[in-house]
Amino acid sequence: MTPSAAAARASFGERNFRYLLVAPAIFLLLLIGIFPLIYLIMVSFQGITMTETSTDFIGADNFRQLFADARLWQALMHTVILTAIALPIELLLGLAMAQLFLEQLPGRAIFIALLMLPVVVSPIVSGATWSLMFDHRFGPINQIIGWILGADTTLLWTINPKLVYPAIVAAEVWQWTPFMFLLLLAALAGVDRSQLEAAAIDGASWWRTFFKIVLPAIRPVMTIAILIRGLDLFRLFDIVWALTKGGPGTMTETISIFAYIKGFQQFETSYTAAVALLVIVLLSALLMLALKRVELTR
Amino acid sequence: MMTLGRRRALHLGLRLAAAIALTLAFMFPIYWLFMISFKTPEEIYSFPPKWYPGHLNFGNYAVLFRDGDAVTVWNSLVVAFISTAIAMFLGSICAYSLARFATGGRQLANWIVSQRMIPPIAVVFPIFLLYVWFGLVDTYLGVILLYTAFNLPYVIWMMRGYILDIPRALEESALVDGCNRWQVIWRVVVPMCRAGLSATAIFTFVFAWNDFIFALVLTRTEVATYTVQITHYFGGQSNFWAKISAMSALGTVPIFIAMAFMQRYFVRGISLGAVKG
Repeated sequence: MTPSAAAARASFGERNFRYLLVAPAIFLLLLIGIFPLIYLIMVSFQGITMTETSTDFIGADNFRQLFADARLWQALMHTVILTAIALPIELLLGLAMAQLFLEQLPGRAIFIALLMLPVVVSPIVSGATWSLMFDHRFGPINQIIGWILGADTTLLWTINPKLVYPAIVAAEVWQWTPFMFLLLLAALAGVDRSQLEAAAIDGASWWRTFFKIVLPAIRPVMTIAILIRGLDLFRLFDIVWALTKGGPGTMTETISIFAYIKGFQQFETSYTAAVALLVIVLLSALLMLALKRVELTR
Repeated sequence: MMTLGRRRALHLGLRLAAAIALTLAFMFPIYWLFMISFKTPEEIYSFPPKWYPGHLNFGNYAVLFRDGDAVTVWNSLVVAFISTAIAMFLGSICAYSLARFATGGRQLANWIVSQRMIPPIAVVFPIFLLYVWFGLVDTYLGVILLYTAFNLPYVIWMMRGYILDIPRALEESALVDGCNRWQVIWRVVVPMCRAGLSATAIFTFVFAWNDFIFALVLTRTEVATYTVQITHYFGGQSNFWAKISAMSALGTVPIFIAMAFMQRYFVRGISLGAVKG
């Protein structure tokens, strides 16, 4: 064999090797990602329901129905509202906590370790936990409010239309504020100390230092934290399911709960396929916008 | 006038008080959940609610094991463990290729991470329809397959980062020494990113262990996981609180223990590698 042929074979082997490593993972991702997607598109143009099993194509009826479906758009609105309330609270509270724990404090490591715990609890468990907490008679929340007001309170947290949103937000904030806290704590710890000291020598106020030096320095991490949490909130399901199942009525239905009910309780198979496609399209658009702003790839 | 030392001490005292108050507030729901699981039914339904059980009563747990409900924890363990093992193997070798040979470039890396972001309900609905066809609903194989695929992007993404962190030079010298490519991976790369591997494996396990929506759709009775079992105890006004709390505690203790071993990698793990912590 000539040397150049040997080199060519080596580089060919090299190339094979790199694709060999990637192939099984990509195959599985395509199997579970693309194949069902194609099937989903097909079903969304059919008219399958619980009573209708014919797989004839009926055109774009399901998509026309999407735009006329008030309940669907309300579910989207609920998702947006919950995100718009919960995300800023998590961010601000997390930032405040990160400030509090930034400098030395006795037992700091233990506090931080304990504050990690809510993040890893299964969302369905935290939903269940909060439904125990919010129980109107045997839960501690009404009891504590009763102590403060000095009178027995029986607020129906998961039933009263005025209280369901605060209840969901409380559970959501409890579970995910520590996420923001931990990321922002890491970001704050990375802020250049010499700049802070220079600002202190110049006599800059705390707020001025915060907005001029700290905030720009932690912005990249903050953006990523908001992106991750924002996308998580877009698919919110478990906590709401455990607390209200989307009720009372359809008041707290998120888009994921709406799709679940349509597909698995009302068996409107083809329509649910259209809803799922809408969700995928919306999310992809959101993600493309977001990835333009955030550098996740190094 | 206050001296500087006293003012500093006061400041520290206030911060400490705030830290304790916050930590107690965030721990309280977890305390409440575990505390209820040790109460007797009479104590659970006593009014006003008591904040601690009369004595540690394991009856609620005993009921779960006697009635066979605890088998759902076993199901969670099986599907989470096997899917984690497969995802770790396939994902890590894929990550190695992405990190070392830049296979597929940024396009492929971006596509993989975006797979992670798709709402589960949109993924699981067509999967369910296909599983009905292939008879995979309520089987270990079906659930493990989906968990593996769903966790693959996370493993690839995280391991790619960890592998990029370790120097190339060692691998090159191992190649010169006559190791083949696979030997380089097993003898050089794996030992060097052992910490990253275990952190990623634990997170992957926790994601599968904590999942609810996939299991809700794809399991019925045979392989129902503990998260699905918890929701079976919800029933309008008559929730079986004793069972809800005991089952939740059974499902939560293992992940708390797992987390204790990997605090150092926690921030990196939850931020998709974006924050090194």
